This record gives sequence, C-alpha cells and structure tokens, in this order.
Amino acid sequence: MIEFSLNNAWLIPFLPAVAFALIVLVLRPLPRVSAFVSITCILISFIMAISIGIGVIQGGEKFVEEPFKKAVTWFSMSGLKIEMGFQIDPTSAMMLFVVTLVAALVQIYSIGYMHGDKGFSVFYAYLSLFAMSMLGLVIAPNLLQMFVFWELVGLCSYLLIGFWWYKYSAREAAKKAFITTRTGDFGLLMGILLLQIFFGTLDLQELAVRIPNFTEYGLTAGALTLIAAILFLGPIGKSGQFPLHVWLPDAMEGPTPVSALIHAATMVVAGVYLVGRTLFLFKTVPGAMAFVAFMGAFTALFAASIAITQTEMKKILAYSTVSQLGYMMLALGAGSLTASMFHLMTHAFFKALMFLGAGSVLHAMHNEADIWKYGGLKKYMPITYWTFLIGCLAIAGIFPFAGFFSKDLILEVVWANSTLSGHAHGPFQGLYTLLFIMASMTAMMTAFYMFRMFFICFHGELRDKHAHPHESPFSMAMPLVVLGILSVVGGWVGWPGLTEGKAFGYFVRMGEFEIVHANWTLIISSTVLALIGIGGAIAIYWKNAISHEELAKKFAPLYKLSFNKFYVDELYLWIIHNIIDGIGRALWWVDMHIVDGVVDGVAKTTKVLGSVFRRVQTGKMQHYALVLFAGVVVLVIIMSFADTSVASLSLLGGGR
Amino acid sequence: MVFMFWLIAIITLGSALAMVLNKNIFRSALFMVVTFIGVAAMYVLLQADFLAAVQILVYAGAIAIFIVFGIMLTVRGNMKQTNLFSKNAALAGLVSLVLVVINAIMVLTSDWPVSEAAPPVETVGQIAELMLTKFIVPFEVVAVLLLVALLGAIIIAKEVKKTS
Amino acid sequence: MIGLNHFLVFSGTLFCIGLFGALAKRSAIAILMGLEVMLTAVNINLVAISRYVTPEYLVGQVFAVFVIAVAAAEVAVGLALIVAIYRNRISVNVEDFDWLKW
Repeated sequence: MIEFSLNNAWLIPFLPAVAFALIVLVLRPLPRVSAFVSITCILISFIMAISIGIGVIQGGEKFVEEPFKKAVTWFSMSGLKIEMGFQIDPTSAMMLFVVTLVAALVQIYSIGYMHGDKGFSVFYAYLSLFAMSMLGLVIAPNLLQMFVFWELVGLCSYLLIGFWWYKYSAREAAKKAFITTRTGDFGLLMGILLLQIFFGTLDLQELAVRIPNFTEYGLTAGALTLIAAILFLGPIGKSGQFPLHVWLPDAMEGPTPVSALIHAATMVVAGVYLVGRTLFLFKTVPGAMAFVAFMGAFTALFAASIAITQTEMKKILAYSTVSQLGYMMLALGAGSLTASMFHLMTHAFFKALMFLGAGSVLHAMHNEADIWKYGGLKKYMPITYWTFLIGCLAIAGIFPFAGFFSKDLILEVVWANSTLSGHAHGPFQGLYTLLFIMASMTAMMTAFYMFRMFFICFHGELRDKHAHPHESPFSMAMPLVVLGILSVVGGWVGWPGLTEGKAFGYFVRMGEFEIVHANWTLIISSTVLALIGIGGAIAIYWKNAISHEELAKKFAPLYKLSFNKFYVDELYLWIIHNIIDGIGRALWWVDMHIVDGVVDGVAKTTKVLGSVFRRVQTGKMQHYALVLFAGVVVLVIIMSFADTSVASLSLLGGGR
Repeated sequence: MVFMFWLIAIITLGSALAMVLNKNIFRSALFMVVTFIGVAAMYVLLQADFLAAVQILVYAGAIAIFIVFGIMLTVRGNMKQTNLFSKNAALAGLVSLVLVVINAIMVLTSDWPVSEAAPPVETVGQIAELMLTKFIVPFEVVAVLLLVALLGAIIIAKEVKKTS
Repeated sequence: MIGLNHFLVFSGTLFCIGLFGALAKRSAIAILMGLEVMLTAVNINLVAISRYVTPEYLVGQVFAVFVIAVAAAEVAVGLALIVAIYRNRISVNVEDFDWLKW
C-alpha cells in the first residue's frame, strides 16, 4: 500500500480530477451521487496521502536528503526541458495530508451546509477541481508545473467566491480576488522566467543545487535579491500579504466551506508553500530573507489590528488568516522551514475548524453576519461552542493546544535571529528584534480579538429576538469534532525535546536538524501575553467591566482607522479612479487619435488611391490590349538597353 | 524571285494599310481580301503551294464572306463613315510603329541557323501524311473545335426569345 | 537574294499593321479584320522558318493549317458575338462597350 501510493502519487490529484469530470459531464442532475463520488475520490486520495505520510516517516532521513521524484518530459527543446510529475518529500507529504484531510472534511461538511442549494452538484465539481489543482501544486517537482496549478487554484478560488453569482457582492468579490492575485502572479511569472533564463532549469532540486553558486551564472547578490523579491510578489498576492491582502476578506462572500478550505487552510498557504519550496533561493541572499520576514511580520500586525474592530464573524476570521499567514512568512523569513510548515499545518486545523464553526453559526442564524446580533449561542449549539473554544485557545497559543507549539516555535526562530538571543549574526539582527516585538504584540492581539468574537457570539443573551438557533446536523458537526481533536493534538508532534525520527522538525526542515529545547522565558512571556489578551476580552465583552463603546469613543481615531481597515481599499479605489483612469484616458486619446489615425489614414489613402486608379479600368478591351502591347514595347526597350547579356536577349527571342 | 518578292510585299502591305486606313468598312473588307491573296502569293514564293490554296479558300473565301455578312447584318445606312479611328489611334500607331522597328532590329541582328537543303517538291502528300499519322490527334481536335465553334456561333447569334 | 530575314520582317510588319487595325479602330468588325491579318502574319512566319531552317520537314506548314482552322473558328464565333451585341446595343462601336469595369 505504501509502496503503491509512493509510486503512484499522481493518482492523488488525479482522482478528484476524475470526480470533477464525472460530475460535470454526467452526474450534474444527481446532487447526492455527485457528492458521493466527490467525497469518495477525496477520501481515497486522503488514504493514499496517509500511506505516503507513513512511508515518509518510515523512510526518515532518506526522504529528507533525497526527495522521491518521478516525472515524464512534458516538452523539451535545447536549453529548456519541462517535466510533469511528482516529488515526494516530508514537506509535500505533510501538505498532501493536510490538504486531503481538510478537503475531505469540508466536502463532508458541505453535505449539510449546501443542502438544498440549486448548485449543489456544481459546488462539488468545483471543490473537486480545487482539490485536484491544490494537490497538483503540492507535488509539483518544478516551478512551471507549480505555476500551472497555482493559476488553477486561482481559477477555482474565483469560481467558488462567485459561487452565488446572483449576489452582486459575490461577483465583485470574485473579480477582486482574481485581479488582485493576478497582479502578484505576474511577478511570480517574471520571477520564474528570470530563474529559467539565468539558471537554465526550473526543477526544484536542480535549482537548489545551482542557486547557491549564483555567481557562476553571472549574477550578483543584488540581482538575485531582486529576482527573489519579484518571485515573492506571487506569494504576496496569493497569501494575502500586505499590500495585496485586500481580496481575502472580501472573498468571504463565497460559501463558508469554501472559506474554510480555500481561504484559510489550503490555497492561501500556497504562497507560503511556494516560498518554502524555494527557500534555498531566499536563504542565499539575506536581504531577501529580511524582506520576506518584514513583510510577514508587518502583515501579521497590520491584519490583527484590523481584526480587533470588525463586526462580521467571517471578516474577523479572514483578517486573522491574513495575520497568521504573515506569521508563517515571518518564520520563513527567519530561515525556518520547520516553524513555517508546522504553523501552516496547525493553522490549517484550527482555522478550518473556526471557519466551519462560523459556518455552523451562520447556518443556525440564517446568514445573519453581524456578531452583535448573536449572543448566548452556547446553550443552543454546544458542539459548535466547545469546538470553537478549542480553536480560539489554539490560535491564542495556550498550552497544550496546537497553536501554542507552532507559534512559540516561530517566536523562537525570530528570537534566535535577533540581538535578544545574543548569538545571532548577520546585518539584520536589529530588524529581527523589531520583528520579534511585532510578532509578540500580534500574538496578544490575536488572543484578544478571537475571544472578543467568541464572547460576543456565544455568551450573554441572544440579541436578535427573532432568531431560532439550532445545532447543526451530523454531517456538519462531525468535521468540527475531528478538527477540534486535531487542533488539540496536532501540535504535539512539535513537542520540545523530541528527538530524531520523532519530531516534526526532523522531517520538515532545511539544513541540520536541531532538537527544540523549551525556552522558558519565551514560553512564559508569550503565554502571559495571550492571557492578557484573553483577560482583556473577558473583562470587556463577557463581564462588561469596561464598556466597549466608551473605549471606542476614547480611542476614536484609532478605532475608526482600524474599523475602516486603514482605508487601504479606499486608497486603491482612489488610485484606480484617478491615476489609472487618468493614464487610461491619456492612452485612450492616443488610441483614438494616433493609432486610429494611422489606421484610418491607411484606409483613407487606399480609398483616395482607389478612386484615382479606378479610372485606369475603363472596361474597354482595346485599352487593355493597347496597354499590353505598350508594356511589351517598354519591356523590350528596358531589357535591350539595360542588359545585353545572352539570357535577356534569348528571352526576347533573339541572339544565340 | 527578288522582284516578285518586293512586288508582292508592297502590294500586301499596301493593301493591309489601306484596309486599316479606309473609312468605309466595306472597302476595308475588300482590301483585306487583297492582303490575303498577297499572303497566298507569299506562300507560293515559299514553295508552300498547298498552303497557298488553303489560304485563298479559307481566308479570301470563307472568312471574307463571313466578314461581309457581319457588315451586312450590323451596319445600316451610309457606308462612308463606318470605319473610323478611335480616340487612342495615335498611341496605337506609335506602339505598332515601335514594334515594327523592334521586330526588324531583332530579326536582322539574330543569326538564324539556315539550312541549304532543298524543300520537297511534292508537299500535299507529305502534309497529308503528317496530319493523318503524327498529328492525327490535333487534327481531330481541330475538327471538333470547328464543330463546337459552329454550334457556339449559332447559339450566340440566335435571337433570344423574351420569356414572360 | 531573298532570304529568311526578308520574310520575317515582312510578316512582322504585316502583324503590326494588323495590330494597329485591332487597336485603333472603332468598329468591332474592323478589329476582327485586324486580328485576322495578325494571324495570317504569324502563319507566314511559321512557313518561312519551316522553309529556311528545316526545309525537308513540313511541320511548319501543318501547324499553319491548324492556325488557319482556328482562325476560321475564331472569326465565326467573333462575328456571332458581334451580331449578338449589336442586337442588344444597336452598335458595333467598341467605345460603347465598357462592361469590363466595376
């Protein structure tokens, strides 16, 4: 089984593709069968992913040092060889596990959530297509294949955000998501092309060998930093990093399972995954690392500060996702693939859990989005309540929940790079110190806004008197429970002190394996920060010791700034309306008067010439014959005067 | 021989010019007949007596009659101004004249591989033999062509009945 | 001594006179006459070259016979056309015939 799965890993993305094709071509009128086929396929993929995971764990060192790769040549010409295939190493095996797991759970969840929707079958078709694309991305052995699937997941994201296309906001959000991520993808494509041009290959393993010796390929460190920065534009767009984060909160217009699957657990982490896959490139140039780390930390803090004041459950979760993605980027920027991937995994568990919980709440409250209309849901929906609490504790970083381990690991790697640790080196130590402070603040704010939402929703009295909330059906509750369990135990694989062959960091890593030692200063300080955040939320929103309205008034400018998301959308709108439209108008003028002028001019010239030369066509045979013989005369004269060679004379009939 | 050639040439070319220059189309037709007969005489000079006979029969006989029929069927009334020049006569004349000169220069500057062998005395038999052996296919094709031309001429010239 | 050149110049001149008639006259019948003269001039060429270059073979004369036959066919069809056009237009003046344009 393990052997079979390893050798046929291509089946993992292929099965959902089959499901997609079946639903689109045959099963569309049969919603139940569609769902069944789709879930069956993803479950088989899930089982294969697990067996691959077991195989990788058994293989241990072997897979870390040399990934298991199988590929066929897609096309090749001199200087360019592109393969299609799969590459299994601990990182991709971990991603396969996470993606298939969350996809399977979300598909099961959707049976209940999408029940009765007229696009039920299509929804499953899209989910399968997405699963196929994401899994294809995960196992891609080269950057071009990755890019192809990268665009495919973007397409699926577009389709699923705009799934309720009859809603204006959904359509607009879909377009916004697609265009914004495309902006970043342009950079990614440029980066890939530059890598191909300079290094002559796109294969990840080849690149890993060649890039550290970049000077042999005629590059300077500055140029490589620039290439890395350009490549990083793709992850900025896809993983919602500042300043291209604007699409992710709007993407919540899609059905909630989609938000959980695509915009929390899998697709948005594709950017993180890509940077992780190409981390050797970033590691070669410290400037690029600092850039990535700074973007990550800033995004984390920025998004957290917005999330504090939002009033829609999914929006809060979306900003939280942006923030946590920033965390992962920060970990990559600090040079730790382990920390980043670890947080990616735990985040997938607890964020998917919270999104599905939010979906459960929305389902119960008939799509009422405003959290101030909720309250006291604890007694109506206990399963959702308890699982959601687990999610909140996990993201806040409370021992022994999953988030505690991964978040602390990130803080620790940043700490290790900063002046605080005392044994860091390199030019950016000071920066990393700042980033560490930002990350710690983010951790506190995360705990605060999560529990703010939690208490508003689940405690107190139900504020909307017309609502009749109820617990969700089994198909929706089951994934919540599974993810809840994983959100508790998922972090234990990174327990400090775990040794070779057991620790998460032994498998998913770049460079030497180091046993994680418990850094008590860090653990205590981060736990204290999280508890402060939670305590604040308790005081304000549960016990009502401090009025939140008065707080808002007291810090009115800050509150407004945060509530309006720092006016980034408005700024973009202004730029688009004034600058881009202005350029557009200028170009329109050029198009109208110069380009069209040339085109019209050509047509007009033709017309004038035509009206002149049509006189030549008299329609009289004699004129034509006359011209013919005059032509003969002219030709003979030209040839006899210009060229007296034998050839031309014999052409005329004379000579020898 | 020399005298005969020049005499025939002058008569032929003169009548050809007269054919072109005459304003009465009927007279033009008559001069055309003279030209054809002159050409037949040229054939005799070239020892192609069979061809000379054919020339007289076909050109001076049949074609001339055709032309006269054509004139009869089309031109009505006064015959005096029936064969005028068109507006591009001057240009046509120039082109023709230059072509004459060019042709003469080309012919005179070329070196022809003239053979001194004597032509056969009896030509009709040989022509018949060639036509019915080596050139039998073209011969038959020409026969069919004549038939088709005949039918085509009839169909084209036939009056179109107005259909209601 | 009369040689090949004489005949060729003669036939060329006759050809050009016929050409002049075909190009310069108004009457369609006159044009047809000019064409016939041109064809005859070509025949002289054929026969003359056959006589002086390959006197023992009569292929040139055979060819001339074919040309005469084609000329006869041509004049028959041409006259039929002229008659048909005349019936429609009551004219044989080619300056009135300009159907070959737009």
